[in-house]
Amino acid sequence: MDALTQRAALVDRRPMNWLERIYLWEIAKGMGITLKHFFKKKVTIQYPEQTRPFSPVFRGLHVLNRDEEGRERCTACGLCAVACPAEAITMEAAERLPEEENLYREEKYAARYEINMLRCIFCGLCEEACPKDAIYLSETFAPANYSRKSFVYSKDNLLIPDPVKDPENYAKAKGLIDKKKKLNS
Amino acid sequence: MTLLALDWAFTLEKIILIAIIISISLVVAMYATYAERKVAGFMQDRIGPNRAGPFGILQPLADGLKLFFKEEVIPNHSNKFLFILGPCLAMLTAMMTSAIIPWGGKVELGGRIVDLQVADINIGILYIFGVVSLGVYGMMIGGWASNNKYSLMAALRGASQAISYELALGIALIALLMLTGSLSLRTITDQQIQGNWWNIVYQPLGFLIFFICSLAECNRAPFDLPEAESELNMGYHQEYSSMKLGFFLFAEYINMFISCTVIATLFLGGYDMPFVDEAGLSGITALLVGLLALFGKTFFLIFVFMWIRWTLPRFRYDQLMNLGWKALIPLALLNMVITGAVVLFTMK
Amino acid sequence: MGITQLLFWFLTVLTLGSALMVIFSKNPIYSILWLIVTFFAISGHYILLNAQFLAIVNIIVYAGAIMVLFLFVVMLMNLNMPASPVKKKWMPFAGIISGGCLLLVLIAALKDTEAMRRELLMKSGDIGLINNLGMVLFKDYILPFEISSVLFLSAMVGAVVIGKKN
Repeated sequence: MDALTQRAALVDRRPMNWLERIYLWEIAKGMGITLKHFFKKKVTIQYPEQTRPFSPVFRGLHVLNRDEEGRERCTACGLCAVACPAEAITMEAAERLPEEENLYREEKYAARYEINMLRCIFCGLCEEACPKDAIYLSETFAPANYSRKSFVYSKDNLLIPDPVKDPENYAKAKGLIDKKKKLNS
Repeated sequence: MTLLALDWAFTLEKIILIAIIISISLVVAMYATYAERKVAGFMQDRIGPNRAGPFGILQPLADGLKLFFKEEVIPNHSNKFLFILGPCLAMLTAMMTSAIIPWGGKVELGGRIVDLQVADINIGILYIFGVVSLGVYGMMIGGWASNNKYSLMAALRGASQAISYELALGIALIALLMLTGSLSLRTITDQQIQGNWWNIVYQPLGFLIFFICSLAECNRAPFDLPEAESELNMGYHQEYSSMKLGFFLFAEYINMFISCTVIATLFLGGYDMPFVDEAGLSGITALLVGLLALFGKTFFLIFVFMWIRWTLPRFRYDQLMNLGWKALIPLALLNMVITGAVVLFTMK
Repeated sequence: MGITQLLFWFLTVLTLGSALMVIFSKNPIYSILWLIVTFFAISGHYILLNAQFLAIVNIIVYAGAIMVLFLFVVMLMNLNMPASPVKKKWMPFAGIISGGCLLLVLIAALKDTEAMRRELLMKSGDIGLINNLGMVLFKDYILPFEISSVLFLSAMVGAVVIGKKN
């Protein structure tokens, strides 16, 4: 049978010779190896300051998107909740009032939109189901917390910053979304 | 009453010296924990603690503070007095050895000749031996008083390990004593300074045996059977918390520091700086050079201790006993016989 | 009364007191710990007599090795079991008789040292120093010394034989 990889090495089962049996030389060899590692480049990433780059297909925390004028795109159609295999999404729809046209894009919007991050499996099916480009999975993950309640993310946590009022944070939150869009199309 | 006839200046000098040595031992032990974590990190391609202060040098303080503020737990069915006595004894015996180590030569300070050795007793090495053999009690009493079978098992293991390796340690020492003809550590150091070579040249096998046995006596890996996490949870200090645990851990590091100093003194010339003629230097310079030499050797040995710990896996218990009784003791005996023969035929 | 005398009395009280505590302690572990204290006090006496070698050997051998083995054995016993009181009528008598015999022997042995007691020197005798002790042991008393080492050897062989059986 051929080896699957070229890396396999046969185990040497010969009886130990005299030099190996007194161990000292072998210990010295082992200590040489550890000393070599002592001077090697360290692989540590200083986490909060440095982060590892995410892959463009990474699926992290959800973001509720806005359009260019800063209006929420979500129309509370409920397709994401239907698509969700973990049943993590709940929402409540409401009708837009005439003076709210600058807040919501369509005449129906989500008054309440909650995702339970403890249920969510980050599969991305909600993103695929959404006909309005309203929900995206970003490249951050849910930070640890003390209570279960705090993992139920509401609209406050999910909405992306307003691109008109806060373009900087908007771009930051948007991050790889555009790249992802390109990848998918 | 002739109590006042004591030489008060002398007593004061010694008390100050003791205080300095104890605080140095504590600081070194503190930073040995930091060094251990750094060495471990570097050998595993990591960085090690680097958050508390620049390069993490405040880490030992943070650790100590944490231990101080931890809740003190005394198990319900344990013997309270002995439970507290255990870590105290461990700390005491760890500190006691430092009394007879010559930290440097005699220097003149303010018109007084100050001896940097707390006590130059003529049985120096035997004193070390005595204190080492008492070191078991802290572990045994602590382990037994915890009323926990893992602790008891670890205490018994530790005690039998210490007793077994003490023998080889002693026999290796005897061979050295045949050469030096003195038990005083001061004399042994002076001989190495005056002679051309350090004792390690005359006693390479003795040095090796002594070194291995010191590893075992300090309960350092690969001989850390008494606290083998994988089989005994945490060994004899499993039930301990707060500063009592801190005492046990600290005593271990002090033991390591002191035994490295003893090895440096016995085999590596003590405060003898190589390639430097101490006699030509003036008082303070000679003192500083000597201290530098002694601490340099000691720190190097501590590094080797850690290096070994992060390289070798732990022995199995029967391997430990086999090594002690069937390898080290015969080797030490052989070393002793050869040394005796050489001494008999050459130095008549 | 100099500091030596003070130390002497302190050590004497400590020795006798802890020796009594060895007997009167209910818990065998405490007995052993008191015995260790006794050994330390006796070592203190040796140091007062300028016999440092004897002092440290006393600590190494008795306090450091033998007492550890004692502790070993006692710790492995199940002390929670109440010791069944074996009280036979002849036990006290046997104890008194054997203790009395020991006392007699001790008196007989120490009776002749009465004359030597005046020569006992505090802090200045040198018989306990390692050089002199070695000379005496290996010159004057070489035969008893070697015989006693053979005794130890035979004890060791005996222990091995017993251990090999099962």
